[in-house]
Amino acid sequence: MAVTSPANTGGRWRALSFYGMKTGKLIATVAVTFLGLLVVTFLIGRVVPVDPVLAVVGDRASQSTYDAAYQALGLDKPLYHQFWIYLKDALSGDLGTSILTKKPITEDIARVFPATLELATAGIILGTIFGIPLGIWGAVRQGKLPDQIIRVVGLVGYSAPIFWLGLLGLLVFYAKLGWVAGPGRIDIAYEYSVTQITGLLLIDTAIQGQWDAFRNVLAHLALPAILLGYFSMAYISRMTRSFMLAELAQEYIIAARVKGVAEWRIIWVHALRNAAVPLVTVIALSYAGLLEGSVLTETVFAWPGLGQYLTNSLQNADMNAVLGGTLVIGIIFVGLNLLSDLLYTVLDPRVRRRG
Amino acid sequence: MRRVSRLIASAAVSATLGIGATPVFAETPPDTLIQAWQLDDIISLDPAEVFEFTASELLGNSYQPLVGYNVEDVSDLFGVIAESWEVSEDGKTFSFVIRPDLKFASGNPITAADAVFSLHRAVKLDKSPAFILTQFGLSAGNVEEKIRQTGDMTFELEMDKAYAPTLLLYCLTATVGFIVDKELVMSNETGGDMGYEWLKTNYAGSGAFTIRDWRANEVVVLERNDGFSGDAPAMARAIYRHIPEGSTQRLLLEKGDIDIARNLGAEEMDALADNPDIKIESGIKGSIYYLGLNQKNENLSKPEVREAMKYLVDYQTIADTIMKGKVKVHQAFLPEGFLGALNENPYALNVEKAKELLAEAGLPDGFSVTMDTRNTPEITAIAEAIQQTMAEAGIQMELIPGDGQQTLTKYRARNHDIYIGRWGPDYQDPHTNADTFARNPDNSDDAESKPLAWRNAWDIPEMTAKADAAVLEKDADKRAEMYLELQKEHQQVSPFVIMFQEIEVLGIRDDVNGFIIGPSFNDNSFRKVTKD
Repeated sequence: MAVTSPANTGGRWRALSFYGMKTGKLIATVAVTFLGLLVVTFLIGRVVPVDPVLAVVGDRASQSTYDAAYQALGLDKPLYHQFWIYLKDALSGDLGTSILTKKPITEDIARVFPATLELATAGIILGTIFGIPLGIWGAVRQGKLPDQIIRVVGLVGYSAPIFWLGLLGLLVFYAKLGWVAGPGRIDIAYEYSVTQITGLLLIDTAIQGQWDAFRNVLAHLALPAILLGYFSMAYISRMTRSFMLAELAQEYIIAARVKGVAEWRIIWVHALRNAAVPLVTVIALSYAGLLEGSVLTETVFAWPGLGQYLTNSLQNADMNAVLGGTLVIGIIFVGLNLLSDLLYTVLDPRVRRRG
Repeated sequence: MRRVSRLIASAAVSATLGIGATPVFAETPPDTLIQAWQLDDIISLDPAEVFEFTASELLGNSYQPLVGYNVEDVSDLFGVIAESWEVSEDGKTFSFVIRPDLKFASGNPITAADAVFSLHRAVKLDKSPAFILTQFGLSAGNVEEKIRQTGDMTFELEMDKAYAPTLLLYCLTATVGFIVDKELVMSNETGGDMGYEWLKTNYAGSGAFTIRDWRANEVVVLERNDGFSGDAPAMARAIYRHIPEGSTQRLLLEKGDIDIARNLGAEEMDALADNPDIKIESGIKGSIYYLGLNQKNENLSKPEVREAMKYLVDYQTIADTIMKGKVKVHQAFLPEGFLGALNENPYALNVEKAKELLAEAGLPDGFSVTMDTRNTPEITAIAEAIQQTMAEAGIQMELIPGDGQQTLTKYRARNHDIYIGRWGPDYQDPHTNADTFARNPDNSDDAESKPLAWRNAWDIPEMTAKADAAVLEKDADKRAEMYLELQKEHQQVSPFVIMFQEIEVLGIRDDVNGFIIGPSFNDNSFRKVTKD
């Protein structure tokens, strides 16, 4: 963040304390956000009418086996006490153990999150690459045929159930045409020849120079990524169109036209530059949405990601897993929000000056 | 504006070509069996803890019990790790001799110490399936004394009563009785846990396959155990992939990316029927579908109402349509194939008869009631069909959908009116289902054991005594007779509308042969699978 340097020490001190306060405020906001998030998730977890002990001892255990598990989970303690213990452990980096997978939550999340990250990133890249130009095209040709077509395509993206589209996609492109690979992240044949380093299989296979496996991963990723990309494209193009329409109606555009600036320059440089500011938030939020893990897409494509993990945990009242997953999602949202704030200052000189 | 259009068009074309340039050919390796199954219920690989269908099947193929049975005829019991056994005169003590020269996959020899350790461990750890052993009067406190090693290859097991001898033997065929490698497990012990933390995700058995890898909700990989005492399996590897969706499994199967699909619905079966590359194989399982009528509900506690409800289910239509090929009508608590199973189905949809019974109960206009329904497609469809036929006699049934654990939580707290459930036997002895459907030793809210009869608040001291007598009867024919009588009475008076017995159906690639579908999941075996 560029600031004009103050002329004297007093000014420098003021600037420092200004940034200090700003950082302090930011930390406080983030802390309160996380605390609120945890309290709400914790309470929801306790209100859900599912007995977590069932997931541990099963349906047929005797009362004494049940009681032992009940105590081992700390459920005999008062709610505030349970929460306090959780919070203390969480602050020291221990998110507890999953009652379903019997593994530390951090280990579980480290295993499932890269799958979601890879898919969501591919999806958002596709969504942005296609969404922005389509939105611009729709705005420029407002009310004409291209605009109508883009709107219909977007509408299908909005309203068609992803579950159905996913199965249809598999049927056509996997079963009939054989253009893409089937459900799962990688073929069994490559499964054990690739060492997982980052957990992002595209990167892992590339690092290890296993190009056959890389192509296989790409073939598995293509369809779900295109599908998620399509959904975010529908949203991004719609928002781009409306931001662009608003910009194109501004007086500076008229002024530019009067000055004889080339039309492509007006659209791509003048209008888009200004529309880009709110668009950053739209893209960041779409990305965050995809990173939560799309449980339906993950189910259809047998994609072992965060969405499936969280849903399964919630259904079994595996609260440590649910809280851990919620924390990760919280961090993603806060992180992407901060990132889009930063991008604001890059894209919008006014914000820079105010800063 | 042309530039923009051109840009978009070229991007679209290149994207399509990019995908199209990678044709994918599907084929499974000839020495590897790949199955698709919903694997999200696996919580452990430890025989002392496993109680889930999927994990039971994994252990059935990778561990060995002391005793086994013929899956074609479960009354034919034989020794596996045990070479022989004798029962003492008072009928309370079994003396086992271990078969010589057997080895675990680790190379360690199998001795009586391993058998004794495995059983001690299961009782002391006291996990879900431990009751299968502790019902013989064993506890953490007395198990060292009751199960004792008497030589390198011999040990004794002493029970609190002289139970029917087959009861213990069948209980030892359950996964909780599988023998683990003492030396290997104890070398991984931490803090006196008898290797519990380690064995949850590791392997210490002697079966045809070893478990190499389990990644929750992803994959389980088994590899051939080259030191296996029986015939070596043809498959070097068996892989289970977690594919939750039946229609996805169907696509993978048709494409040849998997060899066996395990969760196909009736619709998928129909669609596959004409495919010459796929065959459908099925085997009868022990699981029973039933309605539990809570006797805390005033209307449901009337004997006439209970009987009327048994006339208000269209058993045959459900079995022929919604559940086509996946169930058969069965109306007694012992599944077909069990000692003493009653295979008569006296009830069919009869609205007039039901109306008469309701009138006798003083409810000529019917009544309103709720049914907790697990939100799986099949259970929901069965529940909706029952809702319709109940309405014909004036019973307004509201379905309360819920997730599996949610409906179960309510059921176990006895807060339901009607619960639609599925119950699988824990071992092949008739006591397993008599114990839950026809026994309720303590109907109070804080009872130690909570069988299905308890969950439906059905207080039956006399029937409990009959079930207790049957489990002590040594003569198999007499015992079968006792269970037949018990089921006949149960069929008429119980608050259970027992409807169907499950059939497990698999979609298999045509070149795959030799998969055995047994009566319980730990009997499902791919040891003899070949690919031609």
